[in-house]
Amino acid sequence: MSLLEVDDLTVSYRGPYGGRRAVEGISFALEPGEVVAVVGESGSGKTTTAHALIGLLPSNGTIDRGRILLGGTDIATWSSRRMESVRGARIGLIPQDPSNSLDPVKTVGAQIGEVLRIHRRGDRRTIARRVLDLLARVGLPDPEVRARQYPHELSGGMRQRVLIAIAIALEPELVIADEPTSALDVTVQRRILDLVDDLRAEFGTAVLLVTHDLGVAAGRSDRLVVMRDGGVEEQGGTREVLAAPAAAYTRRLLDDAPALTAREFRTPPDTEPVIVARDLVKEFRVGRRPFRAVDGVSFEVRRGSTHALVGESGSGKTTTARMVARFARPTRGTVTVAGAGADREFRRHVQLVYQDPYGSLDPRQSIAQIVEEPLRNFRLGDGDTRRARVRELVERVALPPDVLGRRPRELSGGQRQRVAIARALAVGPEVVVLDEAVSALDVTVQAQILDLLEELQRDLGLTYLFISHDLAVVRQISHTVSVMKKGRIVEFGTTQQVFTDPRHEYTRELLAAIPEPVR
Amino acid sequence: MRVLSWIVIAVVVLWAAVPGVFTGYDPIAGVPAEKLQPPSAEHLFGTDAVGRDLFARVVHGSVHSLTGAFVAVAVGLLVGTLLGLLAGAAGGLLDEAVMRVVDVLLSVPALLLALTVIILLGPGTVNVAIAVGIGSVAAFARLSRAEVVRVRQADYVEAAFGSGGRFPAVLWRHVLPNSLGPVIALAALQFGVAILAISTLGFLGYGAEPPTPEWGLLISEGRNYLATSWWLTTLPGTVVVAVVLAASRISRSIGRERA
Repeated sequence: MSLLEVDDLTVSYRGPYGGRRAVEGISFALEPGEVVAVVGESGSGKTTTAHALIGLLPSNGTIDRGRILLGGTDIATWSSRRMESVRGARIGLIPQDPSNSLDPVKTVGAQIGEVLRIHRRGDRRTIARRVLDLLARVGLPDPEVRARQYPHELSGGMRQRVLIAIAIALEPELVIADEPTSALDVTVQRRILDLVDDLRAEFGTAVLLVTHDLGVAAGRSDRLVVMRDGGVEEQGGTREVLAAPAAAYTRRLLDDAPALTAREFRTPPDTEPVIVARDLVKEFRVGRRPFRAVDGVSFEVRRGSTHALVGESGSGKTTTARMVARFARPTRGTVTVAGAGADREFRRHVQLVYQDPYGSLDPRQSIAQIVEEPLRNFRLGDGDTRRARVRELVERVALPPDVLGRRPRELSGGQRQRVAIARALAVGPEVVVLDEAVSALDVTVQAQILDLLEELQRDLGLTYLFISHDLAVVRQISHTVSVMKKGRIVEFGTTQQVFTDPRHEYTRELLAAIPEPVR
Repeated sequence: MRVLSWIVIAVVVLWAAVPGVFTGYDPIAGVPAEKLQPPSAEHLFGTDAVGRDLFARVVHGSVHSLTGAFVAVAVGLLVGTLLGLLAGAAGGLLDEAVMRVVDVLLSVPALLLALTVIILLGPGTVNVAIAVGIGSVAAFARLSRAEVVRVRQADYVEAAFGSGGRFPAVLWRHVLPNSLGPVIALAALQFGVAILAISTLGFLGYGAEPPTPEWGLLISEGRNYLATSWWLTTLPGTVVVAVVLAASRISRSIGRERA
């Protein structure tokens, strides 16, 4: 008998404009001790499925049809109250966002102890002892100290370990991990996934791994369930599916996943440097002590090439990019962009594309107004020529002309990012700074935007400064790479050098964190 | 509820615009023989001590109360939002200075502040309206500053500067439209509050002069007959309550839509 059997599960959400099916008749099974990865893009219904299994659908969500057999008992129809005996005890949940999932006013120890107390596992003293065991088990040093700390005193990775401790506290048969590492840096991500693997080996817990990252799914699961638009597109053994995907959609996902396709390295063109940064230093004041976000950074970017700044959160890469785009003033050091004017004229030469395609477009403007804005600011042409230019730009980024009259909220994330790129190109800049510009997008959309960027570079001779935490993406698009850590550049070289012959320990660690095929 | 609220406001606006359609009686000249009659088919709201039809007085009075409230909200909205916008957008010393003045205004009870202003300006319908408006400047300034500060952090505002926008253009094109939602909801709410405040000041005798059928004055005049003729205070009071409730209801629905 399977540990968990999902049969024809259908879930829908009630909204102000009628109901919407989020999951449509999906079936799969999970054996004891097995890791099954549910992969899919945003909106594919994978998180809804996870929530339905543990009885935590939002109040407007209902299971319309189907059975969820946990050890042979159908729990799909159970009330939330009745599910309390299952949650934690038989099914554990590792939530998505470690920074939001812990109570900020309770100590970490109290929160782990809570799950033991709710299920009445022993008196105060045994619970306290068990909490320390668990903290040690998930690899947190000094459990006695940690147990008395509050969530804000811990890093993201440590918080995720605490959440894992809570999930395994009662040694459940099944742990649902909903994007457990998406909010974490790559090196931390790897350690957390290793921990989940270890725990599985030790307790024989089955794991349902919900992820958008095919690279993670490929390396960590026994079987794959590929979801799309609320349905199961394909399922089977991970190795078999990856080797010979049956569904066209799976094949496209594999092609688009930057971590799973090894392309040729791009060799830098032999041109003169356009961006030259010398000994950049940026200090912020945190309380009384100055905090050095960028500490003596120097690099050059050649005309028509792409230079990537890679690093984890807090490495100073975004601050560096903002200094190049003159949204921040360096405390010391200089950055020059060849051919760029002073003050406002500088903006005609250097443009910035933001990470979040939802926040960087004014929700009240139409797409036409958004793309036209730079032209209006610089008074380029009259109304007619500007409108013609806007149409040309929208076509240039491969958007249909009918988006012009629409508002940003009517567009998908990828389409919005295209609009942001069109806006950046409007005044004909030579340098474009891309700050995590594809990080918020699904892999398929990400691949399309990367292709678009490459094409624009070829046609318009653009120079890119590409900020990213994702080495697989960087490998694909950049000519040269600087690896940043704690405000310093620890390694610089062509993409080929950095990826095939890393000199610095930290670069090696970063590379080890990306899944196999590209290394 | 929302439809009902709009109907109430629409009816009151129509009273103000074309009072003759709703009542044939004269609001000023009374018929002494018909004094202090209870509500009936002939006199919907009854009559007062000099035999004037109360319904006619309420209908004709709506124009004073509504324009008063309108002026009050306009003063508060324009001055308050301008201050808030400048403070929020400029930041620094200007922000500190404006907001401290606003703090002082907020620390004085609204009615006391309005009375102080009336003593400076002298009584009268328009002066009362301006006084009430000044009382609400602080609330508008606070709210609009908070919204401006929030919107200024948005990526799209920085992107607008990044695409070569100058400060006033960005403020006008992006910051103002995106901060206005809650401010408009507050304006609808303030409309009700202003009617109440103007009626209060009318009741206290600072507003319109006696024969004028202003709502607060009507209630005040009826006070002497409370024991014998309940309708003189109750019915105009009910109208005021209905309008204020309708305004706050509409404010809530605006707030929810624009959120």
